[in-house]
Amino acid sequence: MILVDEFRDRDVALRIARVIGAEARPERSYAFMEFCGGHTHAIFRYAIEDLLPANIRMVHGPGCPVCVLPIGRIDAAIALAGQPGVTLCTYGDVLRVPGSHRRSLLKAKAEGADIRVVYSPMDAVKLAQASPDRQVVFLAVGFETTTPPTAVVVLEAERLGLANFSVFCNHVLTPPAIAAILDSPEAQGGALRLDGIIGPAHVSAVTGSRAFARFPRDYGQPVVITGFEPLDVLQAILMLVRQANAGRGEIENQFTRGVTEDGNRHAQGLMARVFESRETFAWRGLGQLPASGIRLRPEFAAWDAERRFSLPEPEAEPPTACRCGAILRGLARPADCRLFGTGCTPDNPIGACMVSSEGACAAEWAYGRARHRGKETA
Amino acid sequence: MSNRLPPGPAIDWDHGRIDLSHGSGGRAMAQLIDELFVAAFDNPILGQMNDQAQFDAAPGRMVMTTDSYVISPMVFPGGDIGSLAVHGTINDVAMAGAVPMYLSSAFILEEGLPLADLRRVVASMAAASREAGVPIVTGDTKVVEKGKGDGIFINTTGIGRVPPGIAIGGDRARPGDAILVNGTIGDHGMAVLSQRESLGFETTLKSDSAALHGLVARMIAAVPGIACLRDPTRGGLATTLNELATQSGVGMVLDEAAIPIRAEVRAACELLGLDALYSANEGKLIAICPGECAADLLAAMRSHPLGAQSAIVGRVVADADRLVVMETAFGGRRIVDWLAGIQLPRIC
Amino acid sequence: MCLGLPMIVVELRPGDVALAEYEGVRKEVSVALLAGDVAVGDFVLVHVGFALSKIDPERARETLALLAEIAGLEAR
Repeated sequence: MILVDEFRDRDVALRIARVIGAEARPERSYAFMEFCGGHTHAIFRYAIEDLLPANIRMVHGPGCPVCVLPIGRIDAAIALAGQPGVTLCTYGDVLRVPGSHRRSLLKAKAEGADIRVVYSPMDAVKLAQASPDRQVVFLAVGFETTTPPTAVVVLEAERLGLANFSVFCNHVLTPPAIAAILDSPEAQGGALRLDGIIGPAHVSAVTGSRAFARFPRDYGQPVVITGFEPLDVLQAILMLVRQANAGRGEIENQFTRGVTEDGNRHAQGLMARVFESRETFAWRGLGQLPASGIRLRPEFAAWDAERRFSLPEPEAEPPTACRCGAILRGLARPADCRLFGTGCTPDNPIGACMVSSEGACAAEWAYGRARHRGKETA
Repeated sequence: MSNRLPPGPAIDWDHGRIDLSHGSGGRAMAQLIDELFVAAFDNPILGQMNDQAQFDAAPGRMVMTTDSYVISPMVFPGGDIGSLAVHGTINDVAMAGAVPMYLSSAFILEEGLPLADLRRVVASMAAASREAGVPIVTGDTKVVEKGKGDGIFINTTGIGRVPPGIAIGGDRARPGDAILVNGTIGDHGMAVLSQRESLGFETTLKSDSAALHGLVARMIAAVPGIACLRDPTRGGLATTLNELATQSGVGMVLDEAAIPIRAEVRAACELLGLDALYSANEGKLIAICPGECAADLLAAMRSHPLGAQSAIVGRVVADADRLVVMETAFGGRRIVDWLAGIQLPRIC
Repeated sequence: MCLGLPMIVVELRPGDVALAEYEGVRKEVSVALLAGDVAVGDFVLVHVGFALSKIDPERARETLALLAEIAGLEAR
């Protein structure tokens, strides 16, 4: 596939890996965090860690928008879907995310709630147009990549004067989450040492690489905006090794084919027009992060499900042995959690990291076990 | 066709709809059965017009299977619910190595269904049955109120006989065996998905829906020692291999690069965030045979029109955990698990 | 990750919509985020049915050439 398959060439990958091995200094170690779940998935899927020298460690970050959706918001969505006359539309990823008491939208659907999976938010608008007797609520999740499409459909609903459509906004921003990790006591105290960050390509296509410039500037952390194919990831690792060796902390762009410094200004403008920052937003595993979430501006109140429907107050999250929080912050690995593979599997996830195929636990479940158990006989 | 029905008002095939009288046991039902089902499925056993089919039993081992078809949309590229109901049940019979003999068909129709749609489905069912040489010898029709069905549901039951000396079962895979498939994976699931209004993408993909008993006959003639045959329908190749691994108490190792997948299927999967290994097939089979017979079996499969793209895709290994593991084209290894929940379009 | 695919625009349609193709699969996508800066033949990065940005095949070739150079191979 053009622009895809060329970046999956195993021969080139092995050679790049050898260059990484040659340039990584044996007297030191390297810890790079891939923020984005897409990179986590690529690293496991293509077994990139097997290609790297032992002194380069990849730390899996919290960049899966489904995984970080807090329990309270799932509970609210379930409550919303249960209101008479409401049809809740959302992306397929969200259906299995556990809320409190292991409830999920999938279970609510089985109990009779009208919940539909959409591929695009535009499909939710079309559904609202086709069902004037239903209140169609679009449960919006995702990072800066997924936010501009939501902005477009809010503006479309306004243009159409669509009274039976609203958005339950759960969009979050990536830079505050990276900052939260770098500001964490563990990072500050040395328990989590990072030598560089693999930055998200598709988020940056919207925000521009500039959105991540503060991490080199304020934290001295090298950042490389990186595509999602294996050669992209390997090239980025090499770029980070070179920065670390040279003592540089710069923002570099590996994904030049889709990301510019400025990003998509038109999309940024639409986002700014429709959304405003929340003072704080809860992330599963990371807790409350200031200015990390957005909501519809008051002038779009007519399409804001949070203003139009009464939603339950979030329940206090019960204590659990689940270590998603530590895993999302790069402090623990999936196998460190005693629920991993026992109480918590992709079929019956407890923690968010097991829900999405991008979650570190789900990736470890699918790929890591196969790597670690060695070869079968036969 | 029938000589028992007094004349009644003509059925309006072009504009008429199913109503509750078509399931009431009265004249409208008799007329529908007579003019539609009996005429289309036309065969001597059905023509006896009894409440059951009467035929002589074959000697030896018999197989019987039943399956219900609820697919939406009812018509999809490469087939419809009618042809699928014939192929699917024939294939379940054939996966025992058996020769399919007879089918039954039971329809559950929703009030309001256009008769033209029903006629189309029945015609396609009749054509599939004729082409396969497996007659539909008994049937039933029920009508449910509007809202209690989804147009047409069809149940078919099939019976067949197993040739002497053939013993095929999901528990017979052994370490050292080879795993084969008869062609590209995931076509049916993605062809159907492309038609869903909410996803609506355009491809030239067609369902692979086909009756596989002819292919199976050629396979067992070439390699009577085939251990397992199974059609990877719902849940796709991945789920079916896990079933076989569990049933046989073995592990499996797949070679990603060897698994035939059409470019369009791969592309649609990437677009929607799905995995072709979990996408349904309706004209595919998995065959497991002793490693030393694999080349012969592959050659026999490739000599049949429904097996031209057959491939050896993996091997059976000893593994107490009964895992299905894939060696990826990039050199990684991943566990091909049972499908967790259902496949849904993803954003990440 | 935010699944995104580089699709090629094969037709522009009214209402900020384009028909885009990836390996024989065609899908209508919204180009509302590209502010009119899109033409048939462009590669666009598609996410949830929206073209988010254009993909520059020339830059992609440069990256591949650089990768080949790092790998010690002749640029292809």
